[in-house]
Amino acid sequence: MNLPAALLWGFAATTVLTTLMAGSQVMGLSRMSIPFLLGTMVTPDRDRAMLAGIGIHFVNGWIFALLYVLAFEALHRATWWLGALAGLLHGLFVLVVVLPLLPAVHPRMASERQGPTPTRLLQPPGFLAIHYGRRTPIIALIAHVAYGILLGALYVV
Amino acid sequence: MTPADRYPPISSYAIIGNCRTAALVSDRGSIDWLCLPRFDSPSIFGALLDAGKGGRFQICPAGPFRASRRYVGESNVLETTFRTATGVLRLTDFMPAESEWEKRRALRPDHLLVRLVDCLQGAVDVDVCCAPRPEYAAETPHLADRGPLGLIYSHGRHVLALQGDIPLAVDDAAATATARVHLAAGESRWLSLAYSDGFPAVLAPPGAILRELAHRSVDWWEHWISSCTYDGPFAQAVRRSALALKLLTFAPSGAVVAAPTTSLPERPGGVRNWDYRYCWLRDASLTVRALLGLGYTIEAGSFLSWLLHATRLTWPELRVLYDVYGGADLRERTLPHLDGYAGSRPVRIGNLAQSQLQLDVYGEVADAALRFVTHGGKLDRRTCRVLVGLGETVCASWREPDHGVWEIRAVPRHHTFSKVMCWVALDRLLQLHDRGHVRVPVARFRRECEEIRRAIETRGFSERLGSYVSTFDGDDVDASLLQLANFQYADAASPRMRGTYRRVRSALGDGPLLYRYLAVDGLPPGEGAFGICAFWATECRARAGDVDGAVADLERLLGYANDVGLFAEEIDPATGAALGNFPQAFTHIGLINAALTIARMRGTLRTRHVSAAAPRERKRV
Repeated sequence: MNLPAALLWGFAATTVLTTLMAGSQVMGLSRMSIPFLLGTMVTPDRDRAMLAGIGIHFVNGWIFALLYVLAFEALHRATWWLGALAGLLHGLFVLVVVLPLLPAVHPRMASERQGPTPTRLLQPPGFLAIHYGRRTPIIALIAHVAYGILLGALYVV
Repeated sequence: MTPADRYPPISSYAIIGNCRTAALVSDRGSIDWLCLPRFDSPSIFGALLDAGKGGRFQICPAGPFRASRRYVGESNVLETTFRTATGVLRLTDFMPAESEWEKRRALRPDHLLVRLVDCLQGAVDVDVCCAPRPEYAAETPHLADRGPLGLIYSHGRHVLALQGDIPLAVDDAAATATARVHLAAGESRWLSLAYSDGFPAVLAPPGAILRELAHRSVDWWEHWISSCTYDGPFAQAVRRSALALKLLTFAPSGAVVAAPTTSLPERPGGVRNWDYRYCWLRDASLTVRALLGLGYTIEAGSFLSWLLHATRLTWPELRVLYDVYGGADLRERTLPHLDGYAGSRPVRIGNLAQSQLQLDVYGEVADAALRFVTHGGKLDRRTCRVLVGLGETVCASWREPDHGVWEIRAVPRHHTFSKVMCWVALDRLLQLHDRGHVRVPVARFRRECEEIRRAIETRGFSERLGSYVSTFDGDDVDASLLQLANFQYADAASPRMRGTYRRVRSALGDGPLLYRYLAVDGLPPGEGAFGICAFWATECRARAGDVDGAVADLERLLGYANDVGLFAEEIDPATGAALGNFPQAFTHIGLINAALTIARMRGTLRTRHVSAAAPRERKRV
C-alpha cells in the first residue's frame, strides 16, 4: 500500500465531499453538516464545534481512505467505477445505519423517543437523515460517490 | 342516531399525550383521536372524523351513566368518573411521563397508552371496544391473538400490542376486540396499548407497574408545573394552559404544534376544516413570550432552536408553517373516504397556507429572538447571519401584498398588520444590533423602518373611522390590529389605539368574544368567534391602563373553557360551544399572555433568566 498517496488522495476526496455537503447547505437543499454533527460531540459551542468537527471529519476521511485503498489493493485494481461503487455502499451505510444510531452515542443529540422532558439538543437525523431535509439522502449519496470516484481514479495500485 | 349522539361536542374531549403525539378522550371514555408515531402522522383512532369507520378505543359502563372528569392534581393524567344506577367507575388515562434517565433504566415501548379501570362503589358492567384503523381509517390492520402476550395489530411496519387483564373477544375480520366485564367495588382492571415502528414490539409492563407509572407520571407533571413562576391572577387557568401547551410541544425538536387535530370544523357541517398539526411561525413570538413569561426557559430555547433550524432550508425567505422537524412540503389533500366531524367535509390533511406569502412571520421570528436574548439567551454566529438575512428579505419585500395573518385564500392585499410586523422585524434587529448581538446595516434598516411606519400611519389608519384598518386604504378592521399595542408598535393608551380598540370591539365583538374579521374570505360565512382575539383585546385593555376591566374580561372568557380547562380555536358566541381544532395552542398562549400582561401592569410579575433555569431532569422520583 502506498500510504502517502492514500493520505493525499484521501485528503482531496474528503475536501470534495465536505465542499459538496456544505454547498448543499448554502443552497438550502439540506441541513446536514457532518462537521457540525461531529464537532458537537466534543463541545456545545456551535462556532468551535464547526472547527473541531472539520478536524475530526478529515481524520475520518483518512481512515475511510485507508479502508478504500485496502480494498483496492485486495482487488489488485483501483478504478473510478470501483471507487463509485464503494462510495455508494459507504453512503448507504452512513444513511441507513450510522446516522439513525447517532442519538445513542452523541451526547448532545435528542432521540426520537425524547419527551416529555424538553431538549435544547440537536434534532435526530431520522431514517436516511430525512429530518435534515428530504433531499439529504440524495446529496449524501452524491457526495460519497464523488469521494469514492476520486480515490478510485487517483490512487494507483 | 343523531349526529349529536354519534359525535360528542368538541368540548367533551380532553387531551393526554407524551410530547410527541396526543390522544383525545371523550367524556364517554372513548379515545377518538390518536396519530402515531407523531402529531402529524396518520391516525390510528379517528372516530373524531368518522364515527362509523374511523376507529376508537372505548371503555365505559354498559348502561346509562353520568361522567365527570378532572386531571389528577396538576398533571396531564386524566381521570373520568362514571356514575351509573348501580355503581361508580373510575377510568384513568395517560401516556407515561418519565425523565430520560428513568426511560434509560427500563425498556419501554416507543409509545404507550395506559387505561386503568377501578370500580369505586356498587357494581358496574363495563364495555370495552378496541378497533384501530390505521392510515386515517383507509386500512384495516391484521389482528393476531398471542395469548398471554396480548393482541397484536399489525399494519406494514407499525405494530400495536393490546394487553391487559380483561378477556377480550376477537373479531379477526373486523380487527376489533370487545369485552363486557362485571366489576364490583374494589375490583380493578387495566389495558395498555403499546406502539412500535419498524422494530420488534416492546410489550408494556404488567398492571402493577403501570399503576406505579401513573403515580410517577403525575409526579413528573407536577414537578414540571412547579417550575412555573407565575403567581398572578387566574393562576390555576394559566397553569392548566401551560400544561396544555406543554402537551403540544414536540420534545425531540422543540416545535409547538397549533393543535393535535385536523378538520374539526369552524362551523359544524361546513367546509372550514383545516389541518393544524403543524407549527405556524405566526405563533412564534407569542409562544416564546408565553414560555419565558412562565419561566420555561428551556422550552423557549428549544422552540427558538427549532425555529431557526426549521427555517434553514427556506432561508432567507420564511414559509408560513413547517412540520415538527422543519419540513416545509405540506401539500394539502382531502380524505374523501371520511365523513368528517358531524358531517363536516372535506377532511383535509396538509395545509395550503404553506404556499402563501405572509410577511408578518419575519417580525415574529425577530421578536422571538430578541425576547430570548433579553432573558439571557445567546445567539451563535450562524443564527445571527440567519436573522440579518431575514431583515434583508423584509427590506426587499415589505412593499409586496400578502395573504395576511388570517391566511385568507384570496388575492394578496396590503395588510396593515403584516406591514407592522415588517416594522417589528427591523426594529428588533436594530435593537439586537444596539445590544451587540448582530451586525446590521443600521442606516438602511432604520430608513426602511421609518418608511414602513410612514406607510402604515398614512394608509393603514383611517381618519374617518379613527382606527387602524385591516388593509391599506380600506375601511374594515380585523382583530390582529389589537396586536399593534402588544408588539409595542403603538401605545395602547394613544388616541389611535384607543380608537382602534373601540372600533374592533364594536365591529367584531359579541359579548366578551371577538370575531377575527367579518370581511368576505371566499368561503361560506358562519365561523365562530376566534379564541385568541378576545385575549388580545383583554391584553390591549390592560395595556391601556384599564386593568380592572381587563380582569373582568378575562374572568368571563375563562367561562368558555371546557370542564378540564381546555379551549378550542373558536367559540360559538350563541351557545358557547367549542369550534375548530382542539385544544388550540394559540388560544392558550393568548390566555397566558393576557394574564402575564395583567400581572405586569399590576407589578406582580416575576421573571427568570435563561442562565438561571433550574435543571428539570431529575434522577429519582
